[in-house]
Amino acid sequence: MEILRVHFILQRLIQLIPVVFGISIVSFLIIHLIPGDPASIMLGSRATPENVQQLTAQMGLDKPLYDQYLIFLQNLVQGDLGKSILLKQSVNTLISERLGTTFFLVMYASVLSLLVSIPIALWSAMKKDSLLDNGFRTLSIFGLAMPSFWIGILLMLLFSIKIKLFPVSGYGKNFIGHLYYLFLPALTITCSLAPVLVRPLRSKIINVFSSEYIEAARARGLKEHQIILNHVLRNAISGTVTILGVNIGWLLGGSIVIETIFSVPGLGQLLINSILSRDYPIIQGLVLVFAILVIVVNLLTDLCYAWLDPRVDLE
Amino acid sequence: MAELQQTAMKKPVRAFRLGLFSRLPVNTKIAIGLALVLIVILLSLCAPWLTPYDPNANDLNNVLQKPSVKHWFGTDNFGRDIFTRTLYAGRIDLQIGIVAVVVPLIAGSVIGLFAGYFGGWFNILMMRLVDVMISFPFMVLIIAIISILGPGLMNMYIAIFLVGWTSYARIVRGEVLVVKQQEYILAARSIGYGHGRIIFRHILPNVISPAIVFAMSDVVLCILTGASLSFLGLGVQPPAAEWGAMISEGRSYIINAWWISTLPGLAIIVTGLGFSLLGDGLAEKIENQS
Repeated sequence: MEILRVHFILQRLIQLIPVVFGISIVSFLIIHLIPGDPASIMLGSRATPENVQQLTAQMGLDKPLYDQYLIFLQNLVQGDLGKSILLKQSVNTLISERLGTTFFLVMYASVLSLLVSIPIALWSAMKKDSLLDNGFRTLSIFGLAMPSFWIGILLMLLFSIKIKLFPVSGYGKNFIGHLYYLFLPALTITCSLAPVLVRPLRSKIINVFSSEYIEAARARGLKEHQIILNHVLRNAISGTVTILGVNIGWLLGGSIVIETIFSVPGLGQLLINSILSRDYPIIQGLVLVFAILVIVVNLLTDLCYAWLDPRVDLE
Repeated sequence: MAELQQTAMKKPVRAFRLGLFSRLPVNTKIAIGLALVLIVILLSLCAPWLTPYDPNANDLNNVLQKPSVKHWFGTDNFGRDIFTRTLYAGRIDLQIGIVAVVVPLIAGSVIGLFAGYFGGWFNILMMRLVDVMISFPFMVLIIAIISILGPGLMNMYIAIFLVGWTSYARIVRGEVLVVKQQEYILAARSIGYGHGRIIFRHILPNVISPAIVFAMSDVVLCILTGASLSFLGLGVQPPAAEWGAMISEGRSYIINAWWISTLPGLAIIVTGLGFSLLGDGLAEKIENQS
């Protein structure tokens, strides 16, 4: 079994090589596809020719494209994403300072979504086709049709402006502070994410309830809550973890908008600010980091799935 | 066979279908969806006859008015009537929903058809490209492309197109791989039909329905994406009326004038519901038929 597992991981890693190669090319091209001279566009209209020349030399933009790509790869392997033009800091520092915030927000939203979806799905599945079940389904179609930034503004209006329960913006200083400050942003994401999770979770639970091992458990005289906890939920949740993992790109993309609304100092806010100030090295670094995050999460999801559900065939 | 299974497993991330209201009979669903969509289309097209106001004319004597009989949705910081702007904005948002779906649908389907039918280096190249593109979060890649091209409606279309074709190419290619093996295709080849005729007359009609079903839910996603990008200041630029841009403009006045940001959102919800129901109903209908 162990050998199979190692083999599975290695195979997944080898499959990733061309994808990672492609990602590096796409992010490399971001600076080079700018129409016109990248250096003068990045510096803006007030730059002197000397400034432009200096930046061109500093970023190696005067070398042939092929050489530039090799240098880019070399720096990448050493973990160096270049230097910001406006903020005069290394892109590594800027991104690593904010990575934790975005990670916290996405994890918070995922946990919150599961806490909301699991009871709803369980309830709907047990009272299948009841008024309640249909009510939740109708509610979730509305959840999917609502733009997340609109939900965010509505929640902000209700919970921070009308009843001053949660802060309008910010991140907080410690763990408890993060939980408090990021509650509304996480809730906003939950409103869009929970409808995506409830539906497959509900049908999975209905499936599990009608399976033979649940019948066997009932026949053995297990209490209903034991059956739900030990058999139904364990089996239903493993599928949901996959859905969460598959949607990580969508979640990260959504967090860009949410971070902008609630002024959360994360990667999304950095991306939007960098676009407005034409700070292309940061944009390049962020695009790369986002793609790598998606790949890593998808890989972890596969492994997690295999771990939660030992029947998964690793071959 | 292994390849076939892989294609079947790798369903597009964005293809989660909205199977709600599922107790409704399929035709009722399509009818409600179609009615909502038609209402939105008619309201935005007939806007000049429905309201006496100009969407872009400032009226500084009527700034930040509450919703009333005169101004159903109130007025914004320039005294513009928000209901009027919401109606006119529908023109741009519906256009986004259509253009940003139809162009990728056509281009992606053609690429998927050729990749699936001919296989070979073109197939490998395209599918590797798709693998790379879907590693990026959809929104991040679109924002990155707009950062290169600059903000604006046209550049937003280009960005959505450059990313959007991948889903259609993947769906169509997967279907082609199945259909290609069918006997009627072999028969068509043995008669001596050319590749072009087989691809477009025999394969295309049999593989296109899943792509069209996906396109219906893609309309909702594209309208939401367009509104989000305009909300971030990367899409439609003010003073043009667009739902996302209007919601964004109202943010500075949220404490004193809640109606500027919130009421245009209702239009997005009605449109989203309409297309979701329509797409879902059509999807079920096609499933029932096959």
